Amino acid sequence: MELTRRNAMILGAGALVATGLPVAVAAAAGDDQIAAFTGGAEMGSEGITLTAPEIAENGNTVPIEVSAPGATAIMVLALGNPTPPVATFNFGPLAASQNASTRIRLAGTQDVVAIAKLADGSFARASSTVKVTIGGCGG
Amino acid sequence: MAKGVKPRVKVPKKAAVGEAITIKTLISHKMESGQRKDGEGNPIPRSIINRFTCDFNGENVVDITLEPAISTNPFFEFEATVPESGEFQFTWYDDDGSVYETAKKIAVE
Repeated sequence: MELTRRNAMILGAGALVATGLPVAVAAAAGDDQIAAFTGGAEMGSEGITLTAPEIAENGNTVPIEVSAPGATAIMVLALGNPTPPVATFNFGPLAASQNASTRIRLAGTQDVVAIAKLADGSFARASSTVKVTIGGCGG
Repeated sequence: MAKGVKPRVKVPKKAAVGEAITIKTLISHKMESGQRKDGEGNPIPRSIINRFTCDFNGENVVDITLEPAISTNPFFEFEATVPESGEFQFTWYDDDGSVYETAKKIAVE
């Protein structure tokens, strides 16, 4: 194939699609997880708080805190990780408050999403962008 | 069984009735995510703790599902109310089938 301007542009577009693919696949996996958790229900933004740092120097231990008063379960996802699910917290009858903190791994700068299943059966979603300077997940 | 696994739990010794007490737990575990590669470029197989539960006198406080994105030495902090004196049971379930348990007593006045 002769390398004309048109051919070069087609090649460039192809490369762009190829590199964009893994991100799209990971995001779709995250969407599937969310759909499985909520059953495809609409999500509000009231009633849930996700606390995460704006900048994490080390993606291997990023402290996060989720809080959703009255929730029965909270799912946390890192949409930019090779496997998006992070953890699911189920609160039993003796939990004094529906909040919990832990430390997570992030592969790179991305959105962390928390979805709570509230007592009335509705769902709430909160997200926070974390800038990661050194990635976790072996990255 | 993963080596050097040691659960550590911090629970207050005493509490008032209806008081919310904070519990902190940490278990030393390498939590191999399955994403890393060894020196020769072969992927290191996943080896994580996939579930953690905390119960008080048989009633559930929290039940957490862990995924590879939880950091090495998984740490959790949460709150519980205790209706009477009794014992907290903490249980971690490893991918390889091992179960790590520890218990802490609390006196309610």
